[in-house]
Amino acid sequence: MVFFVPRTDNHPPPNLPLEGGGTSGDFGVSLKSIAIVDYGMGNLKSVAKAFQHVAPDQNILITSDAKQIAEADRVVLPGQAAMPESMAALNASGLRDVLLAASKTRPFFGVCLGLQMLFETSEEGDTPSLGYLSGRSVRFPKQHRDHDGNMLKVPHMGWNAVHFPSDQASHPCWSGVTDGNAFYFANSYYAVPANSAVVAGVANYPDPICVAVSSAHIFAVQFHPEKSADAGLRVLKNFSLWNGAA
Amino acid sequence: MLCKRIIPCLDIKDGRVVKGVNFVGLRDAGDPVEVAKRYNDQGADELCFLDITASVEKRGLLFDLIERVASQVFIPLTVGGGVKTAEDLRPLLNAGADKVSINTAGVNDPTIFNKASHFYGAQCVVAAIDAKQTRPGFFEVFIHGGRTATGKDAVLWAREVADRGAGEILLTSMDRDGAKIGFDIELTRAIADAVSIPVIASGGVGNLQHLVDGVQKGHADAVLAASIFHYGEHTVGEAKAAMRAAGIKVR
Repeated sequence: MVFFVPRTDNHPPPNLPLEGGGTSGDFGVSLKSIAIVDYGMGNLKSVAKAFQHVAPDQNILITSDAKQIAEADRVVLPGQAAMPESMAALNASGLRDVLLAASKTRPFFGVCLGLQMLFETSEEGDTPSLGYLSGRSVRFPKQHRDHDGNMLKVPHMGWNAVHFPSDQASHPCWSGVTDGNAFYFANSYYAVPANSAVVAGVANYPDPICVAVSSAHIFAVQFHPEKSADAGLRVLKNFSLWNGAA
Repeated sequence: MLCKRIIPCLDIKDGRVVKGVNFVGLRDAGDPVEVAKRYNDQGADELCFLDITASVEKRGLLFDLIERVASQVFIPLTVGGGVKTAEDLRPLLNAGADKVSINTAGVNDPTIFNKASHFYGAQCVVAAIDAKQTRPGFFEVFIHGGRTATGKDAVLWAREVADRGAGEILLTSMDRDGAKIGFDIELTRAIADAVSIPVIASGGVGNLQHLVDGVQKGHADAVLAASIFHYGEHTVGEAKAAMRAAGIKVR
């Protein structure tokens, strides 16, 4: 099951064992935990349910509690709403310090807007974001066209093939995923990293855009792995096992 | 580049999948989780649930259904039916819906699109438009499940909902719905070419060529069908093979 920690709860419950005999049976061995950061925006349950599905032996927490995030083995920064509201909520949550520390010390996974938030700014409402990585997020053009002049719809919504730069194909989070596998997207903005070395995946619309980044303990994706069927579940499974080394 | 999507649509009543013709002779068609899993296994790109539950007190069954499906089927879920205000999106999204479709409420108060898009993001706001040709060259928007004419031009209305922040349009031809003679290509193309957001074509699919036509002639970004999948005439896999053979990029 997924433990939901209310944002207003000053006394979070202890990490209880998973329902259905999820404990190891070895006295004193605690479960690995994945903290899905709840900063008050959007639906986090889908991400939590998908992690629960691929990592039933781990403790999946939806939490806004700084202590739980600080103690988690892995941290997930989700996002799906608008950037100005999301950054305002994250700033108000008081979690920026604990997130920065987590991003440097433990496997740290950004999803969708959670990828864009890692960069310095976003064109969406000219919003300063977390700045862990150099670069910014920009919008697809209002009149978006393919190379033959045909209209391309925005949001970039649906399944698109993801390709790996050659030096990123062996990243542990891509294990078992084939270059060209399709993932589900729903985005109008995308990140443009200043340093192309962090690009871990691209998709064409019509030109290549950055849809995955990797930097030390950070791995983040623009698509929704929790909605990308088997390929997406594989990425989540990989992250749940990843030790943070590329 | 993006693949064209195939979306099976399931009618839901009191938390169960039902099927029938024009809501007459509804019969139970199974557990939503099992049906959703079957379509997922066949390669469906997305699922659409249309809630036709009449009573407010049984509305909670819908949330439970979405929760159960979202725990086991990991593809996008669109849910429609019964949304009256922007606040109504929250419990559906929290239950596990990825997108919520808005129809009658959007005509009654178009600002619902602005509000919902602002709060939850355009990517989860679907404008459902039911249209019917009421005079040559004029497609009129209908609400209340097709019972009430609005006088609105469907093409202009599609542009308006896109401008107000809808992220996608679910376009149903009332003339074709249930007729199994193919999408209304003129309607589909008029709207798909008029807006910069994706358009899902719905209403009229009777065979696999109709799906191909919806994309190639109607310019739809996604095609929705119910009966050809529910009654076992075709699998989603067969639909994809037909589209692929016609040169359409599918997953």
